[in-house]
Amino acid sequence: MSLQILVLTVLDGIAYGSLVFLVAVGLTLVFGVMRILNVAHGSFYALGAYAAASLGLVLSAYGISAWFAYPLFIVAAVAVGVSVGGLMERFILRRIYVREEYLQLLVTFAIFMILDNVQRLVWGVQPYFYTEPLSLMGNVTIVGIPYTAYQVIFLPLVALFILFGLRWFLRKTLAGSLIVAVTEDREAATAIGINARKVFFLTFIIGTTLASLGGALASPTTSVLPGMGAEMIVLSFAVAATAGLGQIGGAAIAALLIGLGRSSAVFFMPELEVVVPYLIMVIVLLFRPEGLFGKTTARKI
Amino acid sequence: MKSVSIAALGLAALLPFQAVAQDKPEEINIGITTFTSGPASVFGVPGQEAARMLAENLNEAGGIQGVPVSLSFIDEGAGAETLTTEYRRLVQDENVDVMFASISSGNCINIAPLAEDLEMLNILWDCGTQRIFEEADYRYNFRTQANATPEMLAPLLYLLKNNPDFETIAVVNQDYAWGRDSWELFSTALKQLKPDVEVVGEFFPSFGASDYSAEISRLLATQPDVILSTSWGGDLDTFVRQANQRGLFSNSQFVLPLVESSLERLGSDLPDGVIVGGRGDHYFLHPEYKDGEELQDFVAQYRERTGDYPIYPAFHMAQAFAALEAAYDKAIEANDGGWPDREQLVDAMAGLEYRGHGRPLTIREDNQAIEAQLIGTTKHVEGYDFPIIDNMMIFDGADLMPPAGENSIEWIETLDESFVEEVSADEYQHEE
Repeated sequence: MSLQILVLTVLDGIAYGSLVFLVAVGLTLVFGVMRILNVAHGSFYALGAYAAASLGLVLSAYGISAWFAYPLFIVAAVAVGVSVGGLMERFILRRIYVREEYLQLLVTFAIFMILDNVQRLVWGVQPYFYTEPLSLMGNVTIVGIPYTAYQVIFLPLVALFILFGLRWFLRKTLAGSLIVAVTEDREAATAIGINARKVFFLTFIIGTTLASLGGALASPTTSVLPGMGAEMIVLSFAVAATAGLGQIGGAAIAALLIGLGRSSAVFFMPELEVVVPYLIMVIVLLFRPEGLFGKTTARKI
Repeated sequence: MKSVSIAALGLAALLPFQAVAQDKPEEINIGITTFTSGPASVFGVPGQEAARMLAENLNEAGGIQGVPVSLSFIDEGAGAETLTTEYRRLVQDENVDVMFASISSGNCINIAPLAEDLEMLNILWDCGTQRIFEEADYRYNFRTQANATPEMLAPLLYLLKNNPDFETIAVVNQDYAWGRDSWELFSTALKQLKPDVEVVGEFFPSFGASDYSAEISRLLATQPDVILSTSWGGDLDTFVRQANQRGLFSNSQFVLPLVESSLERLGSDLPDGVIVGGRGDHYFLHPEYKDGEELQDFVAQYRERTGDYPIYPAFHMAQAFAALEAAYDKAIEANDGGWPDREQLVDAMAGLEYRGHGRPLTIREDNQAIEAQLIGTTKHVEGYDFPIIDNMMIFDGADLMPPAGENSIEWIETLDESFVEEVSADEYQHEE
């Protein structure tokens, strides 16, 4: 095994892991705070990608520089996260917080299916592609192999920014502290006057915006097409479960682990590529059912 | 007693009308299974659009032998179980006259025995697996286009005839039946026709994968002389774009047997010099027919309707319609001008000759059509913002298929290096 191969494996693992983390972190956050496993999270990833690609194609139609695409990605993510995510929380999720978990799962799954069809109605079935932001950053050559700067430098930096930004937000800001308080003990938090409803609403919007941002940032690297959300939700779930549901730092490490596992498989045992993320998940859960970083908590009655 | 006689009377009164109706039905109802959801809708929707367009044209011209056609669609994307239920419903409750099923090879494998049970004329209008007619004998099932065997041998022969000096090859196919089966055909044939080639990488990323970075890194490090991918749709587009962004095309000769269906979408992201196939001789600039009115009208009308150039599923649909028309003509002639019943129509399908928008086709004795294969190389030219196909070779389908009833893989294992020279092809250059 040459050093070159080792470097390539690590780089590909980081690039892939970064993107997966960007999506999985939102799922983890929503679960951690609201105890809801949001299957529709994958739809927000797809909607973010579609919104970003559409806005990008409008940019190119008007001959506007693709540099403007980067701020537009954020605009697209926030627009999707706040509007669709906000509506979903306000009118659907709010009615089912007190219901059984399996019902919550079914409802979010139904929303996933509905949003999947909405994408098809709005954008049709042909793949979209908007690569200009990626081409703009050009390539970097590492150990003799060209990589896109977008994937090996930009995306990992964004992932780190989101990771530390989120930690800072939860630990140092008032809104973040409220979220943490509700997560720790909803009843006690409500008792001291925290509006748990508002906190849930805010958390859900942050989670869906992060998923949309992941989709928007993924759009220059891949075909935007129907069904893209399904792959991501499964992968995000694997990351979240491996990390321990609700663990944000853990999600970063799990995403990196899955990214590295997948790239090593491609380099050393391509047959395993497809199953590696789930293999890692299964092995971790066999030995630590609560996930790598999950805390065992006494069940509250 | 009274009621029986009234019923008999009623029946007798109906009889003359019924006899007329049997002579010529009010319409011919065609049931079509196609993907209108899921990733394969990149094929299904063009096929559906083509079917609607063909039916409208046909009805404007008076229908098939004066009888208009109507269409019913089933979505293959809804899953195998829904598909068979819906298929049954169309056949048993809606009384369709003929079924066109399907795009997915898996669906074809499931539906062929069902059509046989229902004694329903079933035209396999798009699926590719060669196994259907090699593993079973059917009376009611017919395939109106080629299958995977000639579709894989043609690009391989093109490669061996045009770029014979390669030593290594790698494959990146989708991880499902078509990706695996097409590689089995290609690699088995390669072993026979050029035994010294080394396979340096076999990648089967998951169906619908969004990222091929690790595969591309490894291919950049390995530098195989040839890279094959039989992927299609969004998967192929993603792979081509990611590979092109990182310069993989300048190191290796790409062979993409299904990329005809992605040319317009990929545009400038697909460089010159890539070997292109389109599952038959399907091409909007088919060198032998591009100046003819029929192909020009088909392309112009399809573009007006959809905004895109027709791709191979649209051509496959045209072939299915052409076969159905030809079968009715033939059956009516055999029936001395009388309208045929289903059995007579099925009889007419055997040995049928018809033509879509490529070379003429023949249904051979195993119900499989013999179809020519057009392979070429991408080239960017004035007038198109996507690569067209240049340095074309058209192979006769019969040369690339085992005799009826024989297994493709076993037949390929009997071939040797001389096969490359034995099979001839007509060559064409792109002309304005």
